[in-house]
Amino acid sequence: MTQRAIIVGAGQAAAQLAFGLRKCGWGGEILILGDEPYDPYQRPPLSKEFMSGSKCESEVLIHSSSVYEKYNIGVRTGQLVTAINRHNKTVNLDNGKVLSYDKLALCTGAQARRIVLPGIDLKGVHYLRTLEDVKSIKRYISPSTRVVIIGGGYIGLETAAVLSQLGVSVTVLEMQDRVLARVTAPEVSEFYTRVHTEEGVSIQTGVSVNTIEGEGRVKAVCCDNGDYYQADFVIIGVGVIPNVELAESCGLAVDNGIVVNEFACTEDIDIVSAGDCTNHPNSLLGYRLRLESVPNAIEQAKTAAASMCGLAKAYVAYPWFWSDQYDLKLQIAGLSQGFDQVVVRGDRENTRSFVAWYLKQGKLLAADCINRPREFMVAKQLLVKGLGVDPLKLADESVDPKTFLI
Amino acid sequence: MPLIHYIEADGAEYEAEVAVGSSVMQGAVDNMIDGILAECGGACSCATCHCYVDESWFDKVGEPGTTEKMMLEMAVDPQPTSRLSCQIKVTEELDGLVVRLPASQY
Repeated sequence: MTQRAIIVGAGQAAAQLAFGLRKCGWGGEILILGDEPYDPYQRPPLSKEFMSGSKCESEVLIHSSSVYEKYNIGVRTGQLVTAINRHNKTVNLDNGKVLSYDKLALCTGAQARRIVLPGIDLKGVHYLRTLEDVKSIKRYISPSTRVVIIGGGYIGLETAAVLSQLGVSVTVLEMQDRVLARVTAPEVSEFYTRVHTEEGVSIQTGVSVNTIEGEGRVKAVCCDNGDYYQADFVIIGVGVIPNVELAESCGLAVDNGIVVNEFACTEDIDIVSAGDCTNHPNSLLGYRLRLESVPNAIEQAKTAAASMCGLAKAYVAYPWFWSDQYDLKLQIAGLSQGFDQVVVRGDRENTRSFVAWYLKQGKLLAADCINRPREFMVAKQLLVKGLGVDPLKLADESVDPKTFLI
Repeated sequence: MPLIHYIEADGAEYEAEVAVGSSVMQGAVDNMIDGILAECGGACSCATCHCYVDESWFDKVGEPGTTEKMMLEMAVDPQPTSRLSCQIKVTEELDGLVVRLPASQY
């Protein structure tokens, strides 16, 4: 009988995993089950090109539907998996159907972290995670509208950049004393605050939202310090939480993500997991972590596909990320967690191009490269090769970054 | 649809029909061609879709942009006709384009 692989979720990891299975020689059925009404699409453009209108819906799809047909990959959208029965090797759908699997992949991703506030259900208040979310948000965009963005992380700032460029009057409210507090050094936070301010965005830090006011639809956002911001719409971007309920309810280990090994395998030999939803080990970093990134979804999905086909391809990679705002291309190599020194290369106070190198006991952990693609490429290689570099050289613009690799 | 020819480092050749408006990278990914990784999905952020444009085609394809140029400079084994394939938009004029893929994207 033909074997069947079921992939729960239809994001970047799911799409990659399906093609990865074919690549690894999976000859059986492949079924992607997504709860959203769309074929797998890219999320990064949602807060960038899709919001600005420079990319349309078909342009954010990971593949056109004919490509799935060509490789005989079934994509079923609008299908919510409600339970997994590991004993019978079946999944239940919300339409009552039960599907059996030989191998199962959980690519359930993450969802926007919800907040509890008076007025949160008012019309015009939106989270930002899905294509549907952004379609709703786009209806409010016009040069005469005002938006309050709750959360000064990457999503909030990318959105602020796009909306202000479209003429919307933008205020960003951040609870911490600086934007990007969780992920970057103060030097980088200050830089982003400066640029956004130069671009006309109002950034307020150290403020907590108390209530969202309005009648039927949002009118204003009130903070606990008494500040009051009028708003035609509100966007909340305060992080994501992994979708682990399915895994948890069928007894798989969950700890800030679905627990997998370096082969993307759960403790059930027939179930793998990949993407934003996994808690996985990273042998280069020496600790377990959960990542929210496209490169992680892609590479871990390749590993998961191999495991489903009985091959062993460990997932070993340095994390990297990017964020586009205005004319700033930020490329981040590595993870700065635990740094004890920041070395800046370039003039971060007067220009829009510099690097923040993060070191721990003299060893490079990460680099935030703003409009510095050369340094980014070098940083990635330095990390992979484990090469040490003199901090004085990292800071010295007269030293070609290429020479760091020698 | 324009036909794009991809030649892998080991000599393996593929032809793919790629829609106008799509990218040379997307054409490779849609056809499971190994030599292109495209870790960022086309945002000009990773340089893992590096390719060498056949010399006879380079004028039609054109020069890389500023960011792309700097990324390419640091890619593995860049050549004068190197491009990031996610930044090559497919047009009718590129029907028949030949690109060669590097041995490694890292």
